[in-house]
Amino acid sequence: MRKRFFEASARERVHGVVDTDSFHEFLPPEARVSSPHMVMLEQPAAFDDGIVVGAATLDGRPVLVAAQEGAFLGGAIGEVHGAKLVGLIERARAERPAAVVILFDSGGVRLHEANAGLIAVSEIIRAVLGARAEGLRFIGLIGGAGGCFGGTGLIARCCDALVMSEEGRLAMSGPEVIETVRGVEEFDSRDRALVWRVTGGKHRYLLGEADAFVEDDIEAFRAAAIHLLDTPAEFSLESVEREHARLAERWQRFGSSTDAPEIWQALGVPADADVAMMNADEFVAMAAHCPGRNA
Amino acid sequence: MSNKDTNWRRGVASKAARVARTADLADGRRVAAEHATALLERVIEAGDRVCLEGNNQKQADFLARALAAVDPAVIHDLHMLQSVVALPEHTALFDKGIAREIDFSFSGPQGTRLASLVEAGKIRINAIHTYLELFGRYFVDLTPNVALIAAEAADAAGNLYTGPNTEDTPAIVEATAFKNGIVIAQVNELREGLPRVDIPADWVDFVIVAPKPNYIEPLFTRDPAQISEIQVLMAMMVIKGIYAEYGVKRLNHGIGFDTAAIELLLPTYGESLGLKGKICTHWALNPHPALIPAIEAGFVESVHSFGSELGMEAYIAARPDVFFTGRDGAMRSNRAFCQAAGHYACDLFIGSTLQIDLQGNSSTATKGRIAGFGGAPNMGADARGRRHESAAWVKAGEEARQGRDVMPRGRKLVVQMVETFREHMAPAFVERLDAWDLAETMGLANPPVMIFGDDVTHVVTEEGIANLLLCRDLDEREQAIRGVAGYTAVGLGRDRKKVDELRARGVIRRAEDLGIAHRDARCDLLAARSVKDLVRASGGLYNPPSRFRNW
Amino acid sequence: MERLQYEVEARGAATARKPVLVGVTASGNCEVLVEAGGAPERCAIDVHTAAQGFGPIWQAVLRDFGERHAAGGLKIEIHDVGATPAVVSLRLDQALEAWEDDDA
Repeated sequence: MRKRFFEASARERVHGVVDTDSFHEFLPPEARVSSPHMVMLEQPAAFDDGIVVGAATLDGRPVLVAAQEGAFLGGAIGEVHGAKLVGLIERARAERPAAVVILFDSGGVRLHEANAGLIAVSEIIRAVLGARAEGLRFIGLIGGAGGCFGGTGLIARCCDALVMSEEGRLAMSGPEVIETVRGVEEFDSRDRALVWRVTGGKHRYLLGEADAFVEDDIEAFRAAAIHLLDTPAEFSLESVEREHARLAERWQRFGSSTDAPEIWQALGVPADADVAMMNADEFVAMAAHCPGRNA
Repeated sequence: MSNKDTNWRRGVASKAARVARTADLADGRRVAAEHATALLERVIEAGDRVCLEGNNQKQADFLARALAAVDPAVIHDLHMLQSVVALPEHTALFDKGIAREIDFSFSGPQGTRLASLVEAGKIRINAIHTYLELFGRYFVDLTPNVALIAAEAADAAGNLYTGPNTEDTPAIVEATAFKNGIVIAQVNELREGLPRVDIPADWVDFVIVAPKPNYIEPLFTRDPAQISEIQVLMAMMVIKGIYAEYGVKRLNHGIGFDTAAIELLLPTYGESLGLKGKICTHWALNPHPALIPAIEAGFVESVHSFGSELGMEAYIAARPDVFFTGRDGAMRSNRAFCQAAGHYACDLFIGSTLQIDLQGNSSTATKGRIAGFGGAPNMGADARGRRHESAAWVKAGEEARQGRDVMPRGRKLVVQMVETFREHMAPAFVERLDAWDLAETMGLANPPVMIFGDDVTHVVTEEGIANLLLCRDLDEREQAIRGVAGYTAVGLGRDRKKVDELRARGVIRRAEDLGIAHRDARCDLLAARSVKDLVRASGGLYNPPSRFRNW
Repeated sequence: MERLQYEVEARGAATARKPVLVGVTASGNCEVLVEAGGAPERCAIDVHTAAQGFGPIWQAVLRDFGERHAAGGLKIEIHDVGATPAVVSLRLDQALEAWEDDDA
């Protein structure tokens, strides 16, 4: 029976993605390395500050793994949460695992400790890019209820490769933020179909931001992550400049689009395709025939 | 003769006079939308009884706005008749002094506003009815002078097509049209060759094409992802401990997640107990999306509905063996008939509530909120007039008699299903219902109870099932309720010895007494875990509203 | 925030194992951490809860938990965000189940 990634906890996801019984957690709950800020604010803390980090094997190869717990404060990044991730990446630079696998589920910076969270995000990005420059591989998995927004969205896009399910969402500003800043006419955050159309996994895959698209199934995420262990990864000034050029071109082409299906059709999705109802295999097969998809 | 004739025809004359005043506004039956308020000012008179169609789902929202815009100097002291008080315009009528009194059934979203209008002395609530009771009074002493209704389409002659959401329209129109009342319909469009005629033209006086389609509330859609493992546990107890025990085939379910969990467990847990064909075959129920997996699994033979549900149209049309559909393929719902079916033709009603007292009386009326009960009091009451037998009805009657030498008579099963604490730790069990205070505020002789304790046969919580039929006296009944009331003050106040005795007698049954392990109550037992699963189960026919999607 | 500390009598002593965590610190939910340590006939429970004034209910929930399980010698810490007694009991049962299942 399939085990849904969407509704699993961070720990359940980690255990399901890596090889059975191979996970060794650093700073486990009983270490009680949790946020000092939450206590000061009289708010219940989480023993692990909402992130699980550790070492494991994936298809027999050593990896370091982190998983954000989207149910705790929306997976938001606070000081300790961020430090655990930075520490894991630093460790990767020393240990040289086959990859660092990050299971994102986070709305961005934790408002309760905003400055510390913002600093943490920049530290994580710097650590990721530094490690990539040394040839380390980062694989992000996005399929949790909290999505991947704000600073966490930035971190995700600094990875080598992303795996997404339809339920996963990836964007810079979250739907509520856009509505607050630009008004409901610009973006109705309660229109869930709209939210998923423009931030969900299918859209991100068609745009080429997600490298693999899978069913909401922990086993499928695991298989995709294993596959990505061996795909070519490149990180250089040229690759970054190429990406910037690609984004600039995309902005030129789609900047005035008002909804995702407009973009899909321009990318070559047939007008009569029922994209929403396609399962992962059907969708990936269809996307393979989209001439415009930036794979 | 002519004098006598006149005396008996005042209603006819009044209607003729009202219609005559509209000559310059109407083109036959048709009135332009911009003249809607003027039309109402011509045909409505101060002090009239006005039925404004607001149903559980469909709302005559354009006509509600038009009525709220009439001049209160001309039209005032109206007596409103409404199934549901749902829109801000409904309460605005009282704020503006257009209307003064009301008889209604349900006021979900406007419940707080109603309470403050009562406080301010701007509204007189004559009674909170159950639907069938309110419709009944339309034909006795509350016949509308004017009815403002909503339909999907009209043809040139004035025939109306109400489509899947027929709901309350037939009851309202019949009472009004045949007692010299005036029927005004807002329609979404004029169309020649209606798919079917739901209301014949000669029962309708005026038709207005509204600028926007009438509002329909998707009231019965429950996202399976929000069902908790506690609700799964309770649903398992209901299926095994009540449905299977009594062989409940004909039933109605309430609106909540608790009962949605039951619907979603039928094709999995129910099937594993070998219950297909033995329980839950015939329903008086709105087309709940959560029922799709059970229908697809062949559990369900028939569903008659009070109203429709947004997004279920194509699915219903494709399952005419299950649902009641017209020759156009669309459903024909009818709240009055379905309420009658729910009362007389069903063996069981199960629903949730906000408060239950020590005798099992329950109410959703809480402090500062006048919500009303919709159809629950009608379906959650023993049908004293019922005569036909069924296994479940006879067994419940036998349990209630407990060998006493009285005339054998069946009983309806009325089940209240609640978690002992709701959100924010509000206890579901209380010593005294808030309804008592509300009765005082509203000047009612009796507290607004939704389901009376003597109609309730079972109370189900996460702690177990209390079978009130088996209680020998009021004290036992109280201890049976305390015995499933968990850690609420009512539950903590139990007589532990008495509760143990009741459990030994099977009056109280815990999950383990039913052979249900807590660890087995997992959400992955649900036949659908998301709205998308429901769409898949329907073969892509269910088209959920945007707000329920995550795709 | 309220911090409540209890010691309940347990039906028996638990075997010493690795710590176990179940649940999440999230609205209507709680996380429960179970560790070994303490007197074998009693279970020490430390509750951090966002909901004020429910001490007597916690007391009753935890007393019943002690009657249900061989939790003697365990140290339990709970982070609660308004979980109902039903959810708290369920998490405690799950935690003890995980504790007993763990063959480490």
